Amino acid sequence: MDSATSETHTASETRTPLGASADNGLKIVVVGGFGAGKTTMVRSVSEIRPLNTEETMTQAGEDVDDTRGVRGKTATTVAFDFGRITLDAHNVLYLFGAPGQERFWFLWDRLFSGTLGAVVLVDTRRIDDSWYAIDRLEKHGTPFIVACNDFGGPAFPPEQVREALDLDPHVPLVGCDARSRESSKLVLITLVEHIQALYADPARAPRQELV
Amino acid sequence: MSRPGRDDAPDRLYTLTQGRSSSGPDNPFDLVTLVVAECDPVPGMQSEHAAILRLTERPTAVVEIAAELKLPVSITRILLSDLLAAGRVSARHPRRAAVPDPDILEQVLVGLRNL
Repeated sequence: MDSATSETHTASETRTPLGASADNGLKIVVVGGFGAGKTTMVRSVSEIRPLNTEETMTQAGEDVDDTRGVRGKTATTVAFDFGRITLDAHNVLYLFGAPGQERFWFLWDRLFSGTLGAVVLVDTRRIDDSWYAIDRLEKHGTPFIVACNDFGGPAFPPEQVREALDLDPHVPLVGCDARSRESSKLVLITLVEHIQALYADPARAPRQELV
Repeated sequence: MSRPGRDDAPDRLYTLTQGRSSSGPDNPFDLVTLVVAECDPVPGMQSEHAAILRLTERPTAVVEIAAELKLPVSITRILLSDLLAAGRVSARHPRRAAVPDPDILEQVLVGLRNL
């Protein structure tokens, strides 16, 4: 399989440019453990071949203007991939595939503040990979749904998955096939409908911090 | 195969940004800020700046620019703020609100259903 990072063409040869009137970028993040199918889902719905990039951040006081401590700082580097969906003449949705592991969350605010919401993509054979991500999203007040990617093994009853994830009753849990465009599209629609419902009910509306 | 920027010597990245390593909290560029060139590249311009101007003839998100240039997002943000300060690019920032605009959510749904 080709990788976006082995791309050797110049950008102008391979890029699909946005329309000139595009002026509002939106974010949805697909979080999941290694091999859960994040990139596959992004690829299924993206209008561009998924691209890969990375962000680096020093964890200790990056805003402190003191170079004496530089040697003691540890750099966190995370790679993530993303795809794009042009929704209409103005709105462009960027879909990010992000690893759920602990070090990634140092960069969450910097990368994904203002995100509409998240899909936690679960491989039911490795359900504990998702605990940390769910915990962080809950603490963060980021709206999310859980999608179990079907790898063809025995299906787990939803109640069992819900219990294993200790999932709040109001958080939607859906099954999906990340390879399928239609199935991945339905996951995104479920997420956005969930976000709509959350904000329509002020008592339950999450308080996402504006960073 | 390597991830973008991964094998770059940090020295090189520092050189690109004249020693600045962090784009800082005041940097206005979001990952999905759409950047549009306001002029053509000129001779003598830093090559990354010229590359950005070519990439952004049509609106292009910060994260796409970073991926195309194979540079970390933070370095890309610094380069972009230089270009913005010089009036060479304009920036269409995402409409931020503490609560998502219901109209925008509806537009997202319509767009997704039409995929």
